[in-house]
Amino acid sequence: MPARVTVEEVERVAELANLELAPDEKPRMVSDLNAILDYVAELNQLDTSGVAPLAQVTELAGGTGDLRPDCIRPSLDRSAVMSQAPETDGAFFKVPKVIERS
Amino acid sequence: MPTTETFAEKPKSLAELRSELESGRTKAADLAASYYDRIAAVNPRLNVYLALSKDRAVEQASRIDALASKGDPLPPLAGIPVGIKDVLVMRGAPATAGSKILEGYRPPYDCTAVARLENAGAVLLGKTNCDAFAMGSSNENSAYGPVRNPVDPERVPGGSSGGSAAAVAANMAVATLGTDTGGSIRQPASFCGVVGVLPTWGRVSRYGLIAFASSLDRIGPFAANVRDAATMLAVIAGYDPKDATSSEQPVPDYAAVSDQPAEGLRIGVPAEYFAEGLDPDVRAQIEKGIDALRAAGCTIKPLSLPHTRYAVPVYYLIATAEASANLARFDGVRYGYRSNSSDTLSAMYRNSREEGFGAEVKRRILLGTYALSAGYYDAYYGKAQQVRRILAEEFLRAFADVDVIVTPTSPVPAFKLGEKTGDPLSMYLADIYTVTASLAGICGVSVPCGTTPAGLPVGMQILASRFQEGTAFRIARAVEGAVL
Repeated sequence: MPARVTVEEVERVAELANLELAPDEKPRMVSDLNAILDYVAELNQLDTSGVAPLAQVTELAGGTGDLRPDCIRPSLDRSAVMSQAPETDGAFFKVPKVIERS
Repeated sequence: MPTTETFAEKPKSLAELRSELESGRTKAADLAASYYDRIAAVNPRLNVYLALSKDRAVEQASRIDALASKGDPLPPLAGIPVGIKDVLVMRGAPATAGSKILEGYRPPYDCTAVARLENAGAVLLGKTNCDAFAMGSSNENSAYGPVRNPVDPERVPGGSSGGSAAAVAANMAVATLGTDTGGSIRQPASFCGVVGVLPTWGRVSRYGLIAFASSLDRIGPFAANVRDAATMLAVIAGYDPKDATSSEQPVPDYAAVSDQPAEGLRIGVPAEYFAEGLDPDVRAQIEKGIDALRAAGCTIKPLSLPHTRYAVPVYYLIATAEASANLARFDGVRYGYRSNSSDTLSAMYRNSREEGFGAEVKRRILLGTYALSAGYYDAYYGKAQQVRRILAEEFLRAFADVDVIVTPTSPVPAFKLGEKTGDPLSMYLADIYTVTASLAGICGVSVPCGTTPAGLPVGMQILASRFQEGTAFRIARAVEGAVL
């Protein structure tokens, strides 16, 4: 099934990714994405029925992706972190208002 | 026609510098100063460094000089000037990841690999230029201008770790750290004529690495020779409680392992890496390298990795999907660039990201988001993960019969600046020999394997199974020692 992504679909995906494309960026992005998606469609040539997806390479060596114990350890000093904030009152990050959805 | 303008200059070896420092013939402070002089002279042309950390470097150098003058034993990298790719954080020094969205950001902590270098005595010179968020194969996607290849400044150094590779090639550092997600250490190493190491995924802690694709990202060293690269790896490798995916496998003395001869090792040569698309000058050099390995007493075994051609599409689905998640944190809230003119929170997110991210980063985020979106997940991301297992298992089977697999690192030598920037897909295809190992989680080294008749460096890629870096180093030493 050849990919023919439209401008509307690119806009929808951009919204999901919190990106706002400028009008002059859109045509180029549509054609680039289509070229890439046409290329990756080659994967459909392969029969992968019964093949389990591989998310972590350590699985192949029997690793189970163990998580560390959930225990609290000292982290970064808050003042050091807040020193990098674009806008802060020292304790919180200040941001523009969130619109209430009705 | 050989190039007329070149900045290529080989650093001294770690052993030679150590001897100078131990004997008092050289002071670490003077060594650091000479590297800053070199940087001042050539950085305007090559654009390798984005920021310098002189205070920290000078302080470290004087600490080392104090140890040396007392006759105290020196740590393994005492006084050695190193450069750090700008996706790795150093407390107090800017970290841009090559992007405008982190312009002005000064991390409050050190990357574990960087801290380990410093604890071993290394002098941290500064942050090297790279493709933004490590996304690129030519260092032309940096928001701070491209890096130029020291061998021929009209050509790219490779990417994404172009700055780190070029720094060693131009003697602007004795060694550097880069990162490799789809080839970003190996390919620039081959383009610049230096050694680059792809450690096994999990060999080196990723704490303090600004993430691109977490199941693929690795931190690794560049150096002017194999033994030094092996020494660097031993310093940074090993379990880190701050990275739960870092391996508890013991860290061998890689430099000592690399001293062992290559005789008797079995070398697989996969047909798929020597087919259409491989530049004939590159092929000729790699064949000379393989002849040298035969002469060193290795057994050469042709083999086939039939699913190789699917690796690039698999990579560009998995890496972009993971990147779309990892780059969601750049939203103008806690650090980095925040757009000025936003009335609402969601407008602030969109504007900050639109203004802060460059075209290639946006392209990959969109591709990754699409591949993960409802209705497309199974066809794209899910399918790619299945093919990933097929590719990884293909390597496992191959390593049952051979100790290493040898290929060209790149199908072409360093191309000219601007040559591939018009066509993203053609740039992606340049990764064809490196993404396979990335997906399989295995390790490798790119070692210089002579030059083309025009004088452009060619790299040989030596792949080994997980945690067998030592074997790859032994083969790399044999290639390095041959006249090619």
